[in-house]
Amino acid sequence: MVDVAFQQNRVQATKAVRKRNGLHKALKRKSTVAFLMTLPLILLIAVLVVYPAFYSLHLATLNKSMTKFVGLGNFEFLFKRDTFWLVVKQSCIFAISAVIFKALIGFIVAHFVHNVPANKQRRWRGMLLVPWVIPPAMSTLAWLWLFDPSYSAFNYTLSFFGIGPIPWTGDANWARFSVILVNVWYGAPFFMIMYLAALKSVPEQLYEAAAIDGANWWQRIWYVTLPMMRNIIAITTLFSLIVTFANFDIVRILTAGGPLDHTHIFATWAFRVGIEGSDIPLGASVSLFMVPILAVAAIFILRDISKRGNEA
Amino acid sequence: MAEVSLRKVVKRYDEVEAVRGIDLDIADHEFVVLVGPSGCGKSTTLRMIAGLEDISDGDIMIGGDVVNDVPPKDRDIAMVFQNYALYPHMTVAENMSFGLRLKHYPKAEIKTRVAEAARMLDITDLIDRKPKQLSGGQRQRVAMGRAIVRNPKVFLFDEPLSNLDAKLRVQMRIEIKKVHQKVRTTTVYVTHDQVEAMTLADRVVVMNHGRIEQIGTPNELYHKPATRFVASFIGSPAMNFVPCRLEDVGGRMHIRLTDRLAFPVPPARAARYQAVLRTDKLLLGIRPEHITEARQHLEPGVEPFDAVLDVTEPMGMETLVYFTLDGTQICGRVNPNAGAQDGAPLRLAVDLNNIHLLNEVTGVVL
Amino acid sequence: MSAITIDKAGPTRKVKYGSMSRDRAWALRWSYFFLVLFAIFSLTPPLYMLITSLKSSAEISAATNPWWVYHPTLENYIGLLTSNQFLRFFWNSAWVSIFVVTITMLISVPAAFALARMKFWGSATLATGVFLTYLIPDTLLFIPLFKMFALVGDWTGIQLINRWYVLLFIYPTLTVPFCTWIMIGYFASIPKELDEAAIIDGASWFQTLTRIFIPVALPGLIAATIFAFTVSWAQFLYPLVFTTSTDQLVLPVGIITTLIKGDVFNWGQIMTGALLGAAPPLIIYAFLMDYYIAGLTAGATKG
Repeated sequence: MVDVAFQQNRVQATKAVRKRNGLHKALKRKSTVAFLMTLPLILLIAVLVVYPAFYSLHLATLNKSMTKFVGLGNFEFLFKRDTFWLVVKQSCIFAISAVIFKALIGFIVAHFVHNVPANKQRRWRGMLLVPWVIPPAMSTLAWLWLFDPSYSAFNYTLSFFGIGPIPWTGDANWARFSVILVNVWYGAPFFMIMYLAALKSVPEQLYEAAAIDGANWWQRIWYVTLPMMRNIIAITTLFSLIVTFANFDIVRILTAGGPLDHTHIFATWAFRVGIEGSDIPLGASVSLFMVPILAVAAIFILRDISKRGNEA
Repeated sequence: MAEVSLRKVVKRYDEVEAVRGIDLDIADHEFVVLVGPSGCGKSTTLRMIAGLEDISDGDIMIGGDVVNDVPPKDRDIAMVFQNYALYPHMTVAENMSFGLRLKHYPKAEIKTRVAEAARMLDITDLIDRKPKQLSGGQRQRVAMGRAIVRNPKVFLFDEPLSNLDAKLRVQMRIEIKKVHQKVRTTTVYVTHDQVEAMTLADRVVVMNHGRIEQIGTPNELYHKPATRFVASFIGSPAMNFVPCRLEDVGGRMHIRLTDRLAFPVPPARAARYQAVLRTDKLLLGIRPEHITEARQHLEPGVEPFDAVLDVTEPMGMETLVYFTLDGTQICGRVNPNAGAQDGAPLRLAVDLNNIHLLNEVTGVVL
Repeated sequence: MSAITIDKAGPTRKVKYGSMSRDRAWALRWSYFFLVLFAIFSLTPPLYMLITSLKSSAEISAATNPWWVYHPTLENYIGLLTSNQFLRFFWNSAWVSIFVVTITMLISVPAAFALARMKFWGSATLATGVFLTYLIPDTLLFIPLFKMFALVGDWTGIQLINRWYVLLFIYPTLTVPFCTWIMIGYFASIPKELDEAAIIDGASWFQTLTRIFIPVALPGLIAATIFAFTVSWAQFLYPLVFTTSTDQLVLPVGIITTLIKGDVFNWGQIMTGALLGAAPPLIIYAFLMDYYIAGLTAGATKG
């Protein structure tokens, strides 16, 4: 814009002035309208997302009654507590194993759905996506009931095979397993639907060409499907990593962090400490530990998305 | 109805000058076609007339008023786009009447105008359909109908036929010409297809690299091209260009193409070329139809020569023959019964009354 | 090319073809087998909700076969649907979701239009920023937000904590970024010539948005609406933090905090409540599955 105005100056003084005014007025009008249209969005993001994010940093440096600046005191306190390290370990185990299983199951199921005749795919897809549709707080209640220590329907069924009773939420390791299981149940359909969309976008001719070149089914997956879907797989996995790492509902309702804090992850522990324990600064400090991994995942997603943009 | 004038119009994008100072006067009722290769600035020029692009410098006038800062809706123009740009959620009638409805025309008048335009374009039966249910040609008609109902001062067409198949394109070309004969609205039409330009235009504007190469009637451009670019762009198959030099052989001017091949220049032409007799870098431009098979009796100025044909292309009513002169491929058009065969020699004749001589460096036709 | 001809002419051709179709038939059978397994895995919890919701407390505590209803009864449904408290939760949820959807659309549609079509200083950065915002999870912001709203209450005397309508301020942080992002994608896929035609036809920017863009991008708008609704309906953390009085609770929190009394679980009613809470998204999903899926996949495929 500056460039245009500058060059006009050289032409003819009177003419340039007249035109520049008109041009600038038009530009101003358009960008003003555009700015006003995005203003609510900007305000919302600034006041209710960006500000609290930084406010959280500030909170993390205060003492429990929020009257004194303690610098990194909260973090020092956390580093000395065993529970904190337990939460770190559990968050990583939870997020990584859940995402891996979601991705694998989603991939496999997407292939099976893709295999059946096209007119029946809709029905299967419809059924398999149900876990994702139900609000997780509601479906976790059903799991809680399925895992009930005295009335567990799973244990009832397993008893016929001579297995159990399994302490689904009572034992630390079983509780971790249960939490991951529910998360996989809830999240795998999302992977399935994304992969299915990606599978459908692979041109049929590629498979035919591969078949003619003598590739067997698994070579077709390795050399055709996976490379074509690489981008979608990456984005979906990173997405899911963020969501799973920041999960709250499932752990909160299923175990509330128990037994003995052995299923707490960052979000649930931050809630326990910050809201239930009324130590807001400490809770803020705990939740801030999610930032590094979220930031890394976000950077990779952004890179992938802009790459897609450049390709298009 | 109105005339359109462009005065030293320039369009700059950050670094690049897409249009580099265009002067053009379009008379009332005139059908002017802007033609040129992609990236020559023809579409940008049209979009500046429409008001879809700001002009960086110069003036655009419609009906005598400078419209540089007038928004598109107040310029009283209508535009037909390459991909039709029909509103997919509206019926044909709604598409055509959208502009009138925005201007709050009375319902009855909208109805008459739409019906009239639909009749003119033969789409009365389609009036309640959605664009999705129409074929390419029908969509094109609707897009034109949308322009006609507005009854604007100027029609602007931006490559309107390039999405159609070859057969339909010819048909729609005729349709556009008919419509223009009826409504007589000043029209600016952009295309990269020189055949479209030649067949539709009252005057053709050939553009290249953001500049106007030549303005003229289709016949002027064909027979008296001003530059090498125009000469090669207009006409299909394209004009042949052969490096040559002029020499004086026994008081008669000859044009020498190769060491062994030289033709005497007809006296009328010779007088014109006297000034460049000593110039080195010359090009002979000759259209394929002026290289034919040699007949028994040759007209004055038509000179025979022998050539060995590389490739022949039978087109039905004629056969295209290709041969090489010192590394330059040359195309001629011979009678299908002349016995042209791949790899065979043939006696050809060149009509020197219709040659063009160009300065190889500047590209100017002498 | 030559490979095909050899293969076709060769004597093994028939065998190969036969084995291929046999392979395919087996692949199909295995696919169905595993799909059935996965479908059972997927549908067990919701079906179990339904089974339990039809049982009386007596039947549940009798510990008969949990997968079967011997004496089906609607008493749980009648109990909940006549309970003022439960209906209050339901209406709180409904109002919150409806308002949030409206607010979200009013903010994100014009913003997406401006970002997709009216290039202005910083518009590209803002679009990226919108996407980044979508990646910030609720669990990172609930503590500072809680403190912020508490402070607003202290300073201005306007008490927002423990009022259901505080959620109307907070939920848009979850819905607006994603809806804006996918609407940018949908708007950007509309050919540029369409708005140019509208401008030449005399439409203002606002008319171009309302009369051309919104109708043309209607599928995207529906997908975004469904997304905003399901997110608002399912949100659990924010209402858990911000509301405590029983008359201010939304459905998920209400069910968990009131139906679980101490260690006494009234499973019949809990499952009924959960099923009723899951019903609105499930019904929308059943009728608008294609839009739902379009919205789901749009995040990664659009933009």
